[in-house]
Amino acid sequence: MTGKITLEKKVLSENDRLAAEIRQVLNRNGVAALNLVSSPGSGKTSLLEKTIGALAGELRIGLIAGDVQTDNDAVRLVKAGARMVRPIVTGGACHLDARMVSRVLPELDLENMDLLFVENVGNLVCPSSYDLGEDMKVVVISTTEGDDKPLKYPAMFRRSSVMVINKIDLLGTSDFDMENVKANARSINAGLTIFDVSCRTGEGLESWFAWLRAFVAEKKQGMHGA
Amino acid sequence: MHELSIADSIIKTVLHEIEVKQLPAVKRIVVRIGALSGVVPDALEFGFEALVIDTPLERSRLVIEYLPVRGKCRECGKDFEVENFLFACPHCASGAVDVTQGEELDIAYLDVEDESPPERHAPS
Repeated sequence: MTGKITLEKKVLSENDRLAAEIRQVLNRNGVAALNLVSSPGSGKTSLLEKTIGALAGELRIGLIAGDVQTDNDAVRLVKAGARMVRPIVTGGACHLDARMVSRVLPELDLENMDLLFVENVGNLVCPSSYDLGEDMKVVVISTTEGDDKPLKYPAMFRRSSVMVINKIDLLGTSDFDMENVKANARSINAGLTIFDVSCRTGEGLESWFAWLRAFVAEKKQGMHGA
Repeated sequence: MHELSIADSIIKTVLHEIEVKQLPAVKRIVVRIGALSGVVPDALEFGFEALVIDTPLERSRLVIEYLPVRGKCRECGKDFEVENFLFACPHCASGAVDVTQGEELDIAYLDVEDESPPERHAPS
């Protein structure tokens, strides 16, 4: 004989609770927050370097940089001009979770911040399960990867709102096909906003910057309009 | 391999439940995993088995109900199973599809030993 005890509880309910708290704090301060995800080597840090370098004069940008073993990325991004950088060295963990973010959040001067990037650990699987309290996930993919990547990691591409395709200066040196990758990504998520960029040559970055400016302005407006 | 930390969350939640509700031995822990949850069932089982050693759940079995992705078309309103993660309506081809199933990562229920004490045999 057995008895049935109904739980119906989300496994990540504690993470989701903390993420909701983080979201509330960010909203209260009018900080636009993006969670950057990708495979290792797609160029998340390069994209952040270029972005922070270009926009640091007009936007107050903060960064939480997740790294498995080192704080190299955080160091690179301080140099690029991020006002406030907090590294999270996960010590082997393959993703950031809301608890790690909520621990460093009080160290950031959110009242004087417009845009917060959370650079996740390079991994297209695990980070998809964890809400960090961000407004959106931005997935970065590069032309040196397979153009079927969206099909291999559907959860991540489904949960992202923006896809940045990096290293377009290397197009033609591999079988990566721009039309294929976009069709694959859109078959999973028709609403994706897509940018084609090269962090090396700077091509395409202007439209990404313009989108960021509009996104930050919208967030500020939402705060004052509410 | 975040399944290890997912397994750890499941175990902590169930142990907490046992303590609060003073539950008898748990035979089965039934979890619901959606195909879009980002969790691999085999890896979750492996993580669970590794972590329950020397806990009150050592003899409990983790049962995984794996749920395919289902969607509802925002244009024509029809429900359908999303095959191969192709989020397009098979009826009207619209890509405006809301996920209605497949994101689950839930502990559904526990099967516990019956509360009534086992029959006592007269000492021989």
